[in-house]
Amino acid sequence: MRQQRSHVYCAAILVLGLAAVSHGAFAQDSGRLLATAGVNQVEGAGGGGLTPWALITGYGSRDAVGGNVHGTYVGLNDFGLGSLGAAAGFYDRFELSYAHEWFDTGSAGGRLGLGDGYQFHLDVAGAKLRLFGNAVYDQDSWLPQIAVGVQAKAADRHAVLKAVGAASPDGLDFYIAATKLLLAESLLLNATVRATKANQFGLLGFGGDRHNVYSAQFEGSAAYLLSRRFALGAEVRTKPDNLGFAREGTAYDAFAAYFLSKNVSATLAFVSLGPIARQGIQTGPYFSLQVGF
Amino acid sequence: MRPSIRIAAAVLFISCRTAFAADPLFTDLGGEPGIKRISSNALDLYFSDPRLAKDFDNINRRFLEPRFAAYLCHIAGGPCVYKGHTMKQSHQELAITETRFNFVVEDLERAMDRAGVPYHVQTRLLARLAPLERDIVTR
Repeated sequence: MRQQRSHVYCAAILVLGLAAVSHGAFAQDSGRLLATAGVNQVEGAGGGGLTPWALITGYGSRDAVGGNVHGTYVGLNDFGLGSLGAAAGFYDRFELSYAHEWFDTGSAGGRLGLGDGYQFHLDVAGAKLRLFGNAVYDQDSWLPQIAVGVQAKAADRHAVLKAVGAASPDGLDFYIAATKLLLAESLLLNATVRATKANQFGLLGFGGDRHNVYSAQFEGSAAYLLSRRFALGAEVRTKPDNLGFAREGTAYDAFAAYFLSKNVSATLAFVSLGPIARQGIQTGPYFSLQVGF
Repeated sequence: MRPSIRIAAAVLFISCRTAFAADPLFTDLGGEPGIKRISSNALDLYFSDPRLAKDFDNINRRFLEPRFAAYLCHIAGGPCVYKGHTMKQSHQELAITETRFNFVVEDLERAMDRAGVPYHVQTRLLARLAPLERDIVTR
């Protein structure tokens, strides 16, 4: 109940914030170039589908703010994973994001003794700061755009998480991301290193009976721009393997993102999240829609 | 001695010529006629884009167009001599924002679309122009 209330508050604050922005409390200009806002990753930050990038979300220039909402659904073999969230970028420097994730165990829930359709939930509040570099303009240097970020995560189902060996239902992830657009080659490259204790992004809590320390995980994205509107790419994201009850592995995706305008983009991907809860490697289609400015 | 000098001169001449013709970007943009078309399309858009009215209202198109074309030709590695001010000098008093810089980029992209320049040629030109943001955006 406490959990439910906190994510309602969080969503309300972000919606009010976006409303204030769109009513002129902050300047909005959609002044950046198409596709340079990226999309929203599953935890809500601006980035690819799985990984946060150093780019600040939204199309606000350095003199304005930008923002967006996203909805994402991944249909896995035995599970469903959804994410709804909102994000705002301030002056191409600072980003705030919030996402609510739900993980539907479907009939696997019954096999695991939880009951068919049992759901886990995760709330993620994120902040990101661009330190230096400009991924788009610095075409005469190899220096990427660099940003640091934090994601504060809180999972529900505390008793179940404890039973599977998780050390805590909440945790903090810290990351540093480097993003470079190689415009002449029409390539966008990103590398992110994340310090985390999260099990399955945090849906199964943080730390575990096997390991209960932070580990550095690697996340990479590469995208090829077929046109100003259309990008094809792939991502990889390694994850900790903290729980004795079920192994966890690396996630991958191959994606196509279409930028209809600065206001609407859609991403279609094929994702593998690795093995989840002893049900084998989980793969399936990923759909995401982003609306913003 | 003399033939060898002549050969050296010939080699030098040929290598200079090939150095000029070597930049494939200039060729891929359609050479000088292609760049003239892009410039003309771009200025059509700049002078009619309401988002840029403030920037182009007081500018003489007949003055700007040949200089704009010569600059693009020079940046693309073509055999043109650009004799105007540097981009820093010519924009320093104009208090240009990042947003207006990007609107100019968007219009240039549209101008290249209209001139039939393929996207992957456009990005090669834009990659050479992108660092100008540091010189042009002063606000």
